[in-house]
Amino acid sequence: MNRRSELMLRRRIVDLMFKGFCITVTMLALVALAAILWTLLARGVGGLDLDVFVRATPAPNSHGGLANAIIGSVMMCLIGMLIATVVGVLAGTWLAEYGQGSPYGSVVRFLNDVLLSAPSILVGLFVYEVLVAPFHGFSAVAGGCALAMIAAPVITRTTEDVLRLQPSMLRESGTALGAPMALVIREVLWRSARGGIVTGGLLAFARISGETAPLLFTSLSNQFFELNPLKPMANLPVVIFQYALSPYDDWRRLAWVGALLIAATVLGVTIVARIIAREQHRP
Amino acid sequence: MSVEILDAPEVQVLELPPDETRIQVKNLNFFYGTKQALFDVSLAFRRQSVTALIGPSGCGKSTLLRTLNRMYSLYPHQRAEGQVLLDGEDVLARGVDLAALRARVGMVFQKPTPFPMSIFDNVAYGVRLYEKLSRHDLAARVEESLRRAALWDEVKDKLKDSGHGLSGGQQQRLCVARAIAVRPEVLLLDEPASALDPISTARLEETISDLKSDYTVIVVTHNLGQAARLSDHTGFMYLGQLVEYGETDQVFTSPATTRARDYITGRFG
Repeated sequence: MNRRSELMLRRRIVDLMFKGFCITVTMLALVALAAILWTLLARGVGGLDLDVFVRATPAPNSHGGLANAIIGSVMMCLIGMLIATVVGVLAGTWLAEYGQGSPYGSVVRFLNDVLLSAPSILVGLFVYEVLVAPFHGFSAVAGGCALAMIAAPVITRTTEDVLRLQPSMLRESGTALGAPMALVIREVLWRSARGGIVTGGLLAFARISGETAPLLFTSLSNQFFELNPLKPMANLPVVIFQYALSPYDDWRRLAWVGALLIAATVLGVTIVARIIAREQHRP
Repeated sequence: MSVEILDAPEVQVLELPPDETRIQVKNLNFFYGTKQALFDVSLAFRRQSVTALIGPSGCGKSTLLRTLNRMYSLYPHQRAEGQVLLDGEDVLARGVDLAALRARVGMVFQKPTPFPMSIFDNVAYGVRLYEKLSRHDLAARVEESLRRAALWDEVKDKLKDSGHGLSGGQQQRLCVARAIAVRPEVLLLDEPASALDPISTARLEETISDLKSDYTVIVVTHNLGQAARLSDHTGFMYLGQLVEYGETDQVFTSPATTRARDYITGRFG
């Protein structure tokens, strides 16, 4: 009896210690996150005004905004996400449903994992060699392609993972009705895995929305408004990079505003997409 | 010293007249890769009746069921040898149209698997694969199927709601409705009540009994009481062989083999 209560006491202490450790580590992560958000808010909110959204990036020591960079970032992220979603969802689906046991499948999976952790500056250089140098010009399309190369492996990986989590009986019950596999995938499995696939897309979007290195070599930047995707285009990350390192107060103020905008966008898109995914999943 | 001798696979094959036979299985062998799971199984399933397949876990009853609609064809390393004649046509033959086969042989699984769509669309899903019905006819088919599955009264006011919102038992009856909406000739049930509570199980059993007037029902079950209550014929399988097959009453009251008797009386299994 005595030994048992001693054992229970020891277990309770170990349990408390482990819980305490988990809570401490979580708090550390949350504190870091809060510090980042707070700094962004404190430094960025002061510079927010209407001009940020309607005027182009200014010359040194003059008033301006970030409109051209915002448009450029939106355009390049759209191009990137469009390409990456198509490639990533299809590749992930192939890996999960058709290429699971095949040697070709394992090679693709391995290379995708390598690409997942490839330094983004290498992706920028690769796209520079393939899409910029041969055409003698930086362009938003090249920037979008570089972003797609970073986003696609993330989407491929998450799509494969969530499809594998779907019960095999779901797959079989579609097949048992006589539906061809392609139809079962499109109408049953994708729908069932929708929440996870959307999460993958969000992760990818969050990853590329702040990428600077691949855009330096591909889209470069542009002091002026540019809507032609075949021309160099301004974008928030590169503008932040240039302005934050500049000696001009106006520019540094705009860099903080740009950083705040990216963070707020990622946060907003994540929340909206989560709500949509949950609504659609609700019985 | 006595040595226990396994029952020889000398099967009590129930002979059925050809016009009463829906499915005739002949010398079926099944392999998962190199591992053989069925050994020379032969039996006939009667039209408009319920046949139960019983036996301990891993004896091959689900495997046998999955050859009847070629479910195993999804997996590259699984193969079957022998013949499965559905109304005289060999479904194991090369070049069989699997979609057409599965329209004739429906299946319900161990756990409810409603599709992530509305109750109506769940039932209409298979119908839309084969038939172009008018909106009115489709609605009538959905209602008829849900009625047959004894689910209509519970869902008629919420056909647009997701199938995931139903209880486990309702979901399983939804899967039955989805399978019979295609109007198959044979209905395969793979331990359909194993995830259900006793009340849902009773309702599902009623549904199954009702179905036999129109369908050839084959049910795999671990629940001996269920097999005795539901079925007209019972097959007892052991280690990949069909050990005994006959009228349910006879198999349960005076089994011909000691294996079957030991299993049914609860000595093993």
